Amino acid sequence: MNFLNSDFFLRKYFSVLILFFFLANDYVLASGSLDTIIIDKGFDQPIRIAITPFSSGAPEGLRESLDQISDVVAFDLARSGQFSPMSEADMLTKPSHLKDVFIRDWRLLGVDYLLIGQNQIGASGAVQLVFQLINIASGEVELEDSYTFQISQFRDVAHKVSDEVYEEITGIKGAFSTKIAYVLVKDAGSKNAVYSVEIADSDGERSKTIFQSSEPILSVNWSPDGRSVAYVSFETGRPLIVLHEVDGSKRQFLTNFDGINGSPIYSPDGRSMAMVLSKDGNPEIYIMNLETRRLRRITRNSAIDTEPSWAPDGSSILFTSDRGGQPQIYQIDLETNFLERLTFVGNYNARARLLPDGDNLVFVHRRSGTFHIAWQDLSRGQINVLTKTDLDESPSIAPNGTMFIYATQNFGRGILGVVSIDGNVAYRLPSSLGDVREPAWSPFIVSPIK
Amino acid sequence: MGLKDKLFLALLSALIVGCSSTATSPVAQQETVDESQPMVVSEEAAEPSDFDADGVTPIDDRGMAITRTFYFDYDEAILGPEALSGLEVHAEILKRNPDKSVVVEGHCDERGTREYNLALGERRASAVVAFLESSGVRSGQIDMVSYGEERPADPGHDSAAWEKNRRAILNYR
Repeated sequence: MNFLNSDFFLRKYFSVLILFFFLANDYVLASGSLDTIIIDKGFDQPIRIAITPFSSGAPEGLRESLDQISDVVAFDLARSGQFSPMSEADMLTKPSHLKDVFIRDWRLLGVDYLLIGQNQIGASGAVQLVFQLINIASGEVELEDSYTFQISQFRDVAHKVSDEVYEEITGIKGAFSTKIAYVLVKDAGSKNAVYSVEIADSDGERSKTIFQSSEPILSVNWSPDGRSVAYVSFETGRPLIVLHEVDGSKRQFLTNFDGINGSPIYSPDGRSMAMVLSKDGNPEIYIMNLETRRLRRITRNSAIDTEPSWAPDGSSILFTSDRGGQPQIYQIDLETNFLERLTFVGNYNARARLLPDGDNLVFVHRRSGTFHIAWQDLSRGQINVLTKTDLDESPSIAPNGTMFIYATQNFGRGILGVVSIDGNVAYRLPSSLGDVREPAWSPFIVSPIK
Repeated sequence: MGLKDKLFLALLSALIVGCSSTATSPVAQQETVDESQPMVVSEEAAEPSDFDADGVTPIDDRGMAITRTFYFDYDEAILGPEALSGLEVHAEILKRNPDKSVVVEGHCDERGTREYNLALGERRASAVVAFLESSGVRSGQIDMVSYGEERPADPGHDSAAWEKNRRAILNYR
């Protein structure tokens, strides 16, 4: 059976999904969300999961949204590259209840897991969804949970289900309920260019504009509680650092010094902000205490020092400096001021981000004149190039450390790309509205569901 | 009175004014100020303007706009001989027109990271500012801003576009 040929299956499955996303494009265009997601490749032996529709027995008006829950879950899991969801067309039966599940049939189809769900509509219009994840090898229910929600929240529920299933099977916390922030530029390169800060779901859906300007915006970064973003805006004609609460309740200028106000990045505890200021003559790294607004200067060098980022434990700062003649990545201990150069391969290494484990680095690396995102194991010093595109920049790591999102160019258009840390999976998030860039993956956030 | 003489006088007056807090002769100070101020103003009015009718486009004696954009090599902030002689003209204009000021913009091509380019753009603008100041322009007349790679002159993605984008621009106001 073709099903066992996962490559074939993935392609077949995705042609259906991509079609679905094209059909949904009218909605996408209206909301400004990111478009079709194209899978470049996946794992050689992905986990095979069948997800049957959750809509059984639901009244007409709700069925479509409930159906979409299983589609969104399937798409989430497929995007991780670790799963190969089965096409509905290949299912012999589509059970909704445990009593209708015949384990042997699923074994014959070569399925590893089966996900089924039942809905119940309450008097108030609230929907209750109960779902079970069945391990086909053991025949046991491995996971069962339920959510009560308004039908308009079906995407939030779907991502929650994906998170649970992903964690149950892989042992890694799912990051599907997270958000991505990015900059959308309409008419980029023209005098009429319009820049905006957008917040969307991790799959690019439901984007919302939180700020719009005719002047450039860059360096978007999330607060660790996921409530606000910091970014650099030229709205006054000069770069300044803005703090913006995602719900739109508050927006303020954090710094507006002479010269560069750039690279804002929240400390892991959310109490401080590392940044670049050139008020004292040339770009230097500073840390601002967000409560007292007091500045601490970290670097003191006539070279360019920029692009700070924090070690996950907050004890040191990584930054880009050309003090050695070309941009390389350095790390400074905030207690001892011990300074160490981290990158030695190549003559352009910049904008590093540490993985949550603190031992692995993702950064922009130039090789043979083109810019890629690379990964370096700090203990071994070895560099692996993870992207095949050019002009790649601004990598931002998912909070579970499995993937990163970055900006690149596709036929002259700015698009976003996502690649797994091991380089096995890649997908793209273009926008039909313009160029997208400066992505920032949110931390784990509190879902509105449950 | 030539430019050099004016400069000398201005310098002299600045020196004397600067010393006045410690100097004991109020007469000398009074004299210099009285003498230099009206003279400079009257001569200025007689000279042809350095600017077009809009007041912000610098022009040469034939009325042609003077180049305000200067280009750089990749990842460099060094001004070439051509740029330096072009900037000398701007230095003279600024010195002759102390009421005018200039904003120096620094720009980069799209290669490399955005924040590094913001810093590199500032380094380019600084090179221009340093030259103008060393040529005697008052620092109060000069301001600078780096746009990094955010405002390309040419939105293309090839070396021809990149060449046009690695630049510093002088905007008068």
